[in-house]
Parts: sequence; structure tokens; C-alpha cells
Amino acid sequence: MAHVRPIATTRSATGIPTARLAVWWILASEVVIFGGLLGVYLMHRIGHPEWAEAASHTQTWLGAINTFVLLTSSFTAVLAHQAAEKGKGKEAAKLLGFTILGALMFLMIKSYEWYGEIVAGYTITANNFWSFYYTAAGLHALHVIAGAIIMGFIAVDAYRGRELHRVEIIGIYWHFVDVVWIFLFPLLYIAK
Amino acid sequence: MADTVADVHQHEAHGHDDHHHDQSWLEKYVFSTDHKIIGMQYMFTGIFMAVIGGYMAYVFRMQLAFPGISVPGFGQVSPGEYNALITNHGTIMIFWVAMPVLIAAFGNFLIPLMIGADDMVFPRINRLSFQIFFLSSIVLLGSLFVEGGGFGGAWTSYPPLSANGDYNQTQLGASLWLIAVALEFVAFLLGGINFITTLMNSRAPGMKAYDIPLVCWMIVIASILFMLSVGPLLAGAVMLLFDQTLGTGFYDPARGGDPILWQHLFWFFGHPEVYVVLLPAIGITVEVMATFARKKIFGYKLVLYTAVATGVLSFFVWAHHQFIAGIDPRMANVFTITTLLISVPIAEMLFVMIATLYGGSIRLTTPMLWALAFMAEFLIGGVTGIFLGASGADIYFHDTYFVLAHFHYTFFPIAIIGSFCAFTYWFPKMFGKMMNDTLGKIHFWGTVIPFNFIFIPLFVLGMGGQHRRIYNFQHFPQIAGPEYFQLRELATIALLVMLAFQLVFFYNVISSWMRGEKAGKNPWKANTLEWTTESPAPHGNWPVDELPTVYRGPYEYGHPDREEDYWPQNLPN
Repeated sequence: MAHVRPIATTRSATGIPTARLAVWWILASEVVIFGGLLGVYLMHRIGHPEWAEAASHTQTWLGAINTFVLLTSSFTAVLAHQAAEKGKGKEAAKLLGFTILGALMFLMIKSYEWYGEIVAGYTITANNFWSFYYTAAGLHALHVIAGAIIMGFIAVDAYRGRELHRVEIIGIYWHFVDVVWIFLFPLLYIAK
Repeated sequence: MADTVADVHQHEAHGHDDHHHDQSWLEKYVFSTDHKIIGMQYMFTGIFMAVIGGYMAYVFRMQLAFPGISVPGFGQVSPGEYNALITNHGTIMIFWVAMPVLIAAFGNFLIPLMIGADDMVFPRINRLSFQIFFLSSIVLLGSLFVEGGGFGGAWTSYPPLSANGDYNQTQLGASLWLIAVALEFVAFLLGGINFITTLMNSRAPGMKAYDIPLVCWMIVIASILFMLSVGPLLAGAVMLLFDQTLGTGFYDPARGGDPILWQHLFWFFGHPEVYVVLLPAIGITVEVMATFARKKIFGYKLVLYTAVATGVLSFFVWAHHQFIAGIDPRMANVFTITTLLISVPIAEMLFVMIATLYGGSIRLTTPMLWALAFMAEFLIGGVTGIFLGASGADIYFHDTYFVLAHFHYTFFPIAIIGSFCAFTYWFPKMFGKMMNDTLGKIHFWGTVIPFNFIFIPLFVLGMGGQHRRIYNFQHFPQIAGPEYFQLRELATIALLVMLAFQLVFFYNVISSWMRGEKAGKNPWKANTLEWTTESPAPHGNWPVDELPTVYRGPYEYGHPDREEDYWPQNLPN
């Protein structure tokens, strides 16, 4: 027998599809997680002007390239949504594939960058700036990994023409991951 | 659309196809996606943890009243064990009893039934939520048995004590404790998203915002509060875990960190958390009072709006936990004012309860007794909070037994009285049988009277200046006078009496379940939708073509135009 969704899932008293409503609530909970972490970081940063010296050892150019990579991957996620709206599952799957490639490239650049930092002695315990640096960027990287994995499942479904509405949902999440990076990049890399 | 959905899901075998074939016991009760079964799983896990938490209370109260004796069923209590016991008692009672029972169990059980839906919107996420919660329970219980023993740095887990294994002597226990709490938060975030989305989107046709039963509103407002307050603490928990395991210095002042930061992050969550568990308890109480006073809630919108106001205000009171932690005295003034302000909406809710009772035809059933007791006992908890919220008085009261008695007068009514109230009220719907009312009343009086005898002496001890974290008062001759010891013994004996009376409850549940009177659909003659289906409700709650439609609010009791004194929400006229 087929798996039948509960009637509850198909109702929409607000007029907003249930999945979209849920992803916005998930993002609300994520906002306070990152908001708390970054708020704490900011307060410490203001209280510790000497962290500027540590921050000057971050590799701004690599961060900038990563920003570009992530933004581009978000762009292909938008195109995938457009394709899914028109019912073109294969096209959407291909574009989601590009987004996943972007995520992988982001993670590779990140690993290269961290490898360089660690070899230079800037480990997570070097001082509290580096502790925040690795914690915040690491938490973000976890979100990139999780997003890419979920996107893989959705792309496979989309390729077979199934669950096309999920392309939009993962897109919303991916934009959020992007926005978090937009906050992290200036706070961790540019501010010296 | 429905066809394509069914077609699309052919590869996902489990879930809601269960109408169509016989399920194994495992599928039906362990890996179920049915919201009612998941609610029961949360409830029974919560009750199991409550028994453990109660056992811990028994052990350390025995040590306090009769220092150095070999406690029956435990043995001699060492200082380290004492600390681990009080820490895990607090952690368990709040995170593994109050939260899973009040929010997860009743939220899961009630929300779809009360809004006329067949399930939660994301049944499998719901199941995942319980599985993560169950895992967290195992991690927490496991942390008690690792090398070095369970974590003993209090449920608030302040650094540097919690951050450094050299200080707390429980390196592994502390980390496992933290991981368990963080996992539990994740479980409730998943559950909360489900609750919120279900309430927003899946209401029965015709059910407008003000037709939603208050208990559903309360659980959902609580879920939103939880979601918005727990984030910073989750980030803070990751930082604390790194301090413990990797050796970072987020909370270490010697390395530029700040131990007070944890207190801010913890209480920014911790104080809204009080209201996260309070609001569902108030919702339950209001629901029960309307049914057994046979009267409309005095101010439905008032309760709803004050709940929202409480929620908003609760984000601005956290630093009243840190009046003596070295915060700026000007900040202490601000937080005193917000703390005193938050008693206004809560007081309004209590006034609404009184006004609902006024002129009602009150039926003193067991659930109604619990509801009335909630009101009376929580009032004492609220009033004593005023002393602690005033920064001047708090300098004296801080960390004494007064604080302890105060928050037990709030949490006990919430978590224990509120849960018993809900459990006895919805028991017929859960198990299809009526509970024995006489046994229920014996259990009620046997719980509420000893409760007061436990904690009123502790108020007195606290005003006498007794610190709450002392393992053996004989080590401090100046506060070990015989009059204090008598009070401590009184509290301990009252606890023993109260624990003994819980056996009546367990006996009552089992015997009523086995051979209680059949309940029928609507034993209490109540209006809300859960009483329009069979008891216990089948999978899917109603037959698909009989899903209810709503025509009016949930509290239309004693309407003058009707012969019956109740008017179910689903009747067209």
C-alpha cells in the first residue's frame, strides 16, 4: 500500500504550505542559535581590542572566494526552484547538483584554509579569538554539510519528478546558510 | 493531488499505511508515528524518570535529616554522591519530567485531537523527536555510572566548576551530562516545530483562532518561547563542551574568557523555561476548571494575551538570578522591575481562574481537586518569588533554602500537580476506562498535604540563613542547632509520606486500566473535540469522512438556550 500523508499535513489554515511554514520556524530557531553565538562573540570582541592581532592572521582572500562560491551556489538554488515551479524535475536536479558542488568547493577551500591555520599554530586553543573562529565557522560548516546531504536526497527525488515542492524548501534553508556566512565573513575575517 | 501524493510515497513503506495491514507490536508501540502513541512514550519515559528523580530526593533528604546514616536502598552518601544526586534530581525533574510530560506528552496527545486533525503534520519527525529524547535519557542515566561518578555542579552547571575536570572531579560525567541536555533540547526543538506548524495549519474546518482550546494555545506559546530562548544556550553548551574536552577558554577568566557569560546564556534560557512549563500547566488547569465548574472561561482572550505578555516579559528577567554574581547594581534595578512586572500577567490568569469558578456549579472530581490545588499552591510559589525578585532582599535570601522552597512551590504545582490534573482528566480518553475516584482522592490528599509539610519548613530554614548546598550541617556548628534539625527531619518524613502515597496512584492506574469502568466517548460532558471520538481514539483519531467541523468556541457551558448544559464544538446547533 502507498504511504498516505495524514490529512493534517495537507491542510493549510494559514494559506501557507505546511513545509514552508515549518522551515521558517526552523530558521527562527537557527537564528537564535547563531545570534547567541555571534552576539557573545561581538561583546567579547569589543571588550578585547587585542584580538585584532589574532584576527589579522585570518586569510581574508580565501574567505572572500568562499563568499563568492556560496553566493553562486545560492543562485543555482534559485534557478532550481524556478525549474521546479515549471515542473522540470530533471533541470531542477541538475541545478541542485551545481549547488551541492558549490557546497563541496566551499568545504574544500575551508579545509585548506584551516589546515594552513593549524599548521601555523593557530589552533582552537591558541586564544579565545581562534576558539570563536573555529566554533562559529565550524557550526556553519556543519550546516553546509547537512544542507548538502539533504539536497542530495531532494535532487534524486526531483530527478524522478517527485516532491518538487521540496526544492523550494531546501532553497530557503540554503539561503539562510548563505546569510549566516555573510555575517561570519566580515566579523571573523574583515574586522582586524 | 492526493493521488500523486500516494503514488509518490510508494517507496516509503512505513507510516500511515497502518490502517491497511496488521502491524507487529514493535511497529505499533515502539516505532509508531501515531501522535497518541508518541505522547504515551513521552509520558511513560517521563514517569520513569520521575521515579528516579524522586528516589534521588529521598536519598539526599535522608542524608540531610540524618547525616551519615546508611540510607536504606542506597547506603552511605559521600559528598560527591550527594552533589551528583542533587544535580541530577534537578536536571531530571525539569528536563526529563516537566518538559516531556507537560509539553511533549500532552502536546502530542492533545493538539491533534483537540483541533480535529488526524495526526501531527510531520509524524516521522515526531517519532525522531522521541527517539532523540530517549537517547538523551540513556546518556543522562549513563553519566551517573561512569568513572568519577555523575556530574555534581548543580543543574545550572556554572563554570569554572563545570568547565574544568580538575575542579569538578567528574570529567566524563560532566561532558555526558551536557551532551544529554543538548540532545534533549534538539528533541524538543523538533517536537516544538511540529506543534507550532500543526496548530497553525491543521485545524478543523471552521476552527478560528479564538476557538482553539486554551491548553493548545499554551503548549504552542510555550514551544515558541522554548525555541526562541534555547538557541543561545545551545551555542553556549557547545562552547562549554569545548572548554571541557578541547581545553578552550571561553569561560576561563585567566585566558580572557568570562564565567558570568554562561550565567547569562543559561538564564536567558532558564527563566523563559519556567514559563515554558508553567503555561501548559495553566492551560490544563483552565481546561479542567471550565469543565467542572460547568461555566465558560471568564476571559478567554485575557488568558491568551496575558500568556503572550508573560512570554515577552520572560525574556527580560533573567539577570535576577545573578544579583550577587557581580552584575552592575543599575542593571539589578532594571531586572527587579521587570521581575516584579511579570507577576502581573500571571496574577491575571489566577484571577481569571477565580472568576471562572465564581457562580459555577462546581464538581469536586479528582482532576478538579488537582486544578484547585494548582491554583492554591502556585500562588504561594508566586508570592514568595516577590522576595527573591527584589534585589535588596535577594542579597540575603540568595542560595538559601528559601530559594529552594520557592521554586519547589512553583515547579511542584506545575510539573506534578499539573501533570496529575491532566493525567486524571484525560485518562478516560487515553485508556478508555474511568479512574477510581476514591483512590484518586486519597492519592490527591496524600500528595498535597505532605508537599506543604516538606517545603514550609524549608522556607523557615532559608529565612534562618541556611545555605542550600551543604552536605552535612553537623560540619557547621553555628547553624546545626536542634530546632533546625527538627525542621529538616519534618521535611524528610513528609517526603517519605508523600512518596508512599504515590503507590496509591500507580495501583489506581493499573487497576483502573485493567478493570475500570468503561469510559464512553465523553464521560465529563465536555465540549472540546477530543471527546467526540472513541475512547481510546483509533489511529487517525476519527474515521476519515467523520473528521469534525467546528461551529463555536470550546467553553460553551450552561448556555441558556439549550437543555444540556454543554454544547460540543462540533455540533451545528
